[in-house]
Amino acid sequence: MSVLLLAEVTNGELALDATAKAVAAAKSLGDVTVLAAGASAAAAGEAAAKIDGVAKVLVAEDASLGHRLAEPTAALIAGLASDFSHVVAPATTDAKNILPRVAALLDVMVISDVTAVVDADTFERPIYAGNAIQVVKSSDAKKVITFRTSTFDAAGEGGSASVETIGAAENPGLSEWVEDKVAESDRPELTSAGIVVSGGRGVGSEEDFKIIEALADKLGAAVGASRAAVDSGYAPNDWQVGQTGKVVAPDLYIAAGISGAIQHLAGMKDSKIIVAINKDEEAPIFQVADFGLVADLFEAVPALTEKLG
Amino acid sequence: MKVLVPVKRVIDYNVKVRVNADGSGVDLANVKMSMNPFDEIAVEEAIRLKEAGKADEVVVVSIGVEKAQETLRTALAMGADRAILVVAADDVHTDIEPLAVAKLLAKVVEEEQPGLVIAGKQAIDNDMNATGQMLSALLGWSQATFASEVDIEGDSAKVTREVDGGLQTISVKMPTILTVDLRLNEPRYASLPNIMKAKKKPLESKTAADYGVDVSPRLTVVETKEPESRSAGIIVGSVDELVEKLKEAGAV
Repeated sequence: MSVLLLAEVTNGELALDATAKAVAAAKSLGDVTVLAAGASAAAAGEAAAKIDGVAKVLVAEDASLGHRLAEPTAALIAGLASDFSHVVAPATTDAKNILPRVAALLDVMVISDVTAVVDADTFERPIYAGNAIQVVKSSDAKKVITFRTSTFDAAGEGGSASVETIGAAENPGLSEWVEDKVAESDRPELTSAGIVVSGGRGVGSEEDFKIIEALADKLGAAVGASRAAVDSGYAPNDWQVGQTGKVVAPDLYIAAGISGAIQHLAGMKDSKIIVAINKDEEAPIFQVADFGLVADLFEAVPALTEKLG
Repeated sequence: MKVLVPVKRVIDYNVKVRVNADGSGVDLANVKMSMNPFDEIAVEEAIRLKEAGKADEVVVVSIGVEKAQETLRTALAMGADRAILVVAADDVHTDIEPLAVAKLLAKVVEEEQPGLVIAGKQAIDNDMNATGQMLSALLGWSQATFASEVDIEGDSAKVTREVDGGLQTISVKMPTILTVDLRLNEPRYASLPNIMKAKKKPLESKTAADYGVDVSPRLTVVETKEPESRSAGIIVGSVDELVEKLKEAGAV
């Protein structure tokens, strides 16, 4: 059995953490071949070759693959799939855009957000925003899977896989990239950060989110937000932690002014230590917190910022 | 332009889901069912396109059990023009997989010839996030998933997508398939007069067999279980105590 793994490549660079976690998840399924695709992907391919457990790397460079548009990338993967029993990727927004399209082209079901591999055909995945776990067994000849990275430890480095260059598929020319609006930040990436500080509706405004950011910066943490805070315009959408946002599992998660809606808990409950700061002692977030502080966040968060570090 | 919107009947998002003790699935007995929230946003967007003069008909389609017609009536009450129900299961516990749904929708698209399909990005029951992408592949159309802004101009659409790093804007050729994210719009509530009117709007009932599509599942559910629970820890009395506990735990 053999696995084709779509590496997460952004503007020519390998997202090492997400890719290495997917490699760790896929290793038990067979030899792992990593596909690095992009307008430039050679450097990403070289980086992927060093991940422990990678047997081979395929590098596909073409302008049509530059912004991970679903149609040309899915066509490329579907064309390569005949040599593999499993086609997998970390469950990023890119992969969630592309892999279901690949699965349909291959006439198989996609298995999204897998959190555990039981055997080559059987997988665990959360349903109902993580309120239930389903164990599913696939009868498809080929399995197309995205792995929820937060539940797997990243594979280490030390590999030295061979790298082969391949061509792109014919571009169907259905879509074009226009622009990216990426928040510039020196903070660690949300899904791989060791510490995450999140604010909720209780923060009250975009302006006041600065106290959340100050604590995050003191701790070298990433900043997160609840869906309520994002919907209210206090924080950008890419900060959203939850079932419909990002799923995180840092060593320390600090939730300030977050009540703890089910869909938010689904995105952070695998964190090692959870701290909740909320003035409502009945808030459901306290039921999952290791350390709860019933307090006004406008006093507690700045005090915490001052006393830590 | 005709707009087709697939909608799914799911457990209402406010209901606390309970897993059956025997591992057979989740408890659906006497549980409130509603339209998948992402699908409501899709219906709203289609209606707004019609109100803006960019679409002339909004057709909603649901694939599932007979009772999904309630969900279709909700969409009609919001302002959709007509509905198609495709009965593909007798048992409410049977979840039709995205691949089978996409195959049925491809047949509906063939018949209806819409210029645009707007779907929710995922259903909040199986959380697969797949149907729109799969339908797009089967039709050989363009796709624009996780849309938070849509601007249709002639034979292309400019779509802003919510992605991991922030926002990505792409331009897709029409006809296209959009899947919508939370921040695209705020769906309207159906008014009482419109709920009454919706009862008279056309609702056509079909079956999966009418379209000759095999809906048998590719994935067998071996077991449905409770997630690992997390127990509450301790309530600390002050910021100082919190700092002390975090240091003890080696967290900072």
